[in-house]
Amino acid sequence: MDLRYTPQEEAFRADLRDWLANVLPDLPPQPSADDWPARRAYDTGWQRTLFEGGYAGVNWPTEYGGRGATLTEQLIYLEETTLAGAPYIGVNFVGMLHAGPTIMAEASEGQKAAHLPAILRGDEVWCQGFSEPSAGSDLAALGCKAVLDGDEYVITGQKTWTSFAQVADWCELLIRTDPAASKHRGITWVMFPMDTPGVEIRPLRTVVGTSEFSEVFFDEARVAVSNRVGLENDGWRVAMVTFGFERGTGFVSDLVETGKMLQELAELAKHVTRGSATAWDDVSVRRDIGQMQAEMDALWALTKRNLAQADRNGVPGAGGSLVKVCYSELLQRLTEVAMELLGRAGLSRTDVGDLPSGAFVEERLRSLSFSIAAGTSQIQRNIIAERILGLPKEKPWTSS
Amino acid sequence: MDFELNDDQAALAAGVRSFCEGRLPIDVVRALEPAGGVDRGLWRELADLGVFSLRLPEADGGVGLGWAESVLVAEELGRALTPGPLLWSQLLGGLVDGVADGSVLVAGVERDDPSGLVEYGGLVDHLAVLDDDGVRVVGAADVGLEPQPLPLDPLTPVWRRTAPLPEGDQVAGPDEVATLRRGGAVLVAAFLLGIAEVATADAVAYSLERTQFDRPIGSFQSLKHLMADMVIRTELARAAVYAAGVTLDDPSVGDVERAVAGAKLLAADAAIGNTKSSVQVHGGMGYTWEIDAHLQLKRAYALEPTFGTRPELAERLAGLVGQL
Repeated sequence: MDLRYTPQEEAFRADLRDWLANVLPDLPPQPSADDWPARRAYDTGWQRTLFEGGYAGVNWPTEYGGRGATLTEQLIYLEETTLAGAPYIGVNFVGMLHAGPTIMAEASEGQKAAHLPAILRGDEVWCQGFSEPSAGSDLAALGCKAVLDGDEYVITGQKTWTSFAQVADWCELLIRTDPAASKHRGITWVMFPMDTPGVEIRPLRTVVGTSEFSEVFFDEARVAVSNRVGLENDGWRVAMVTFGFERGTGFVSDLVETGKMLQELAELAKHVTRGSATAWDDVSVRRDIGQMQAEMDALWALTKRNLAQADRNGVPGAGGSLVKVCYSELLQRLTEVAMELLGRAGLSRTDVGDLPSGAFVEERLRSLSFSIAAGTSQIQRNIIAERILGLPKEKPWTSS
Repeated sequence: MDFELNDDQAALAAGVRSFCEGRLPIDVVRALEPAGGVDRGLWRELADLGVFSLRLPEADGGVGLGWAESVLVAEELGRALTPGPLLWSQLLGGLVDGVADGSVLVAGVERDDPSGLVEYGGLVDHLAVLDDDGVRVVGAADVGLEPQPLPLDPLTPVWRRTAPLPEGDQVAGPDEVATLRRGGAVLVAAFLLGIAEVATADAVAYSLERTQFDRPIGSFQSLKHLMADMVIRTELARAAVYAAGVTLDDPSVGDVERAVAGAKLLAADAAIGNTKSSVQVHGGMGYTWEIDAHLQLKRAYALEPTFGTRPELAERLAGLVGQL
């Protein structure tokens, strides 16, 4: 067990810090939350900056233009960029972390050449067409229908929770090509151009008021069979191939952000007055903060253990589920403690006077999604119980 | 950076586990209840295994390992629910004659502990008394000790000090006592981690064997989630406890105080949370003396206050964070 960074890792960190200190002051102003063309321009502009600095795709193999960094370097990259307040991966998320890696693993050389360099440079934005109204936690129940017509699939159906659909160029789309096959068979993975006729995008307004995701409707939309990746009816496997691409680094930025926010909560407690004392003088508040700090530190250590295990085994264990459940619930608790301190100042989503309250009120709403998105906490607990403990699946439900 | 056990560490942990499985199955542990959990023969065997001389230099007859390895050993001894004044023999080997070879048994107390209770006090040779000035050792026979008739944990009998402590011989100074308290907290945390693990394993095994409504109760989602939470608490605690051990060995990788307090806090959460959940998974059987869950729970309860209760540790952590 060794927690020391090597001289090479320290050098990587120092170079990155220098580079960030150099480029971050020249960032354009952040666009408003619901101006999607501006958000696309901002996020892809940052991706371009990363590309020019040699930091695009730190986790991508060098043969596809990435940096091929070690897992520890990836950890350092995510830690340092988050601490420095660099832009989040944003609209590049699906391309860089899911569709791109799937293409690397499963696509033809021609398909790779057509998309990977463009994703890496920030020229191409992707979205993910997986979930449907009737296929959420039970994703394999998806029914978006595709009928083969000559050298095209004709697609009719609906996707939902599609992040960045309104600004994406391409969609990694799961379609049902064989309705007679069992649920996990009969699914095909295609690269779908979002400007295809017959596609309608209806943004969904979320709890925070903005439209991060959309419903996407397909009405006899046509896609060339040559856009298929992998074999027909083998799309479930194709989609799952990159399940572990991040190999334990998936929540590093979130952890670093949450750590910052916990520090800010301690500051807030010292700022909030209660008669002649501050909230910090209240031992129950300090205990809450101390408990959360212990859990944060442990999550950071657990992330390092997950990385070490992924390094040895090539694939991540179920450790990612542990981190996700813990940090999402911890962040929700953190914002509740903040609300206990803020009282009526929590009525406003922007700062009240000189009280730095807005970020906590905002995070209290935003964090509701973290225990739902990418596998609810309940599904994560099923995964932990079944994959780590070997407990049986529930019996199939039959109507009485 | 590579935060996983190296081959030597994995072999050490496997060796201690194998010793415990052979020498300390739970029926052997239970059979020690009339003797107050103390078996001097076992103590010699643990000494031969190197448990009480793990961190002593090889030149002094020790094994020459660090806190990280001590943590792995304590975790395995915790899994086995090893009874006896283990913590103090692990801490004081090398400081008190006869401890490292298992011939002398020591119990320990904080001088200002208002409860005046001493675990295993009437069964040991010496008492180590800690205060901020250091550690002093007194003969157990020279301390007025009265047995408490009904200890919480049947394998952790307690005596109460009834008279002022004699002066005794100083064996460690102020700096060393601070190190011993930190190391002791991490060893207790590691033992608690082991309890959290065995509680989970027992609950899972029972839930697969016990059927109701024509299926194993471990297939019910409510119980699966209860047990998934046991895994979550265990793995958080494990990461914290291992990190604390590594940080004690090399303070350059973190903040020692913070790592130690967090490890002990989360290990207590895991041990107490998991043993309570195990009682629940066992249902009515979990409330019986026959099932081991109560022994695990009682040991976790008994160890929790040693070197800081959870509220004290949480407050200490807040103090450290609030200074940043």
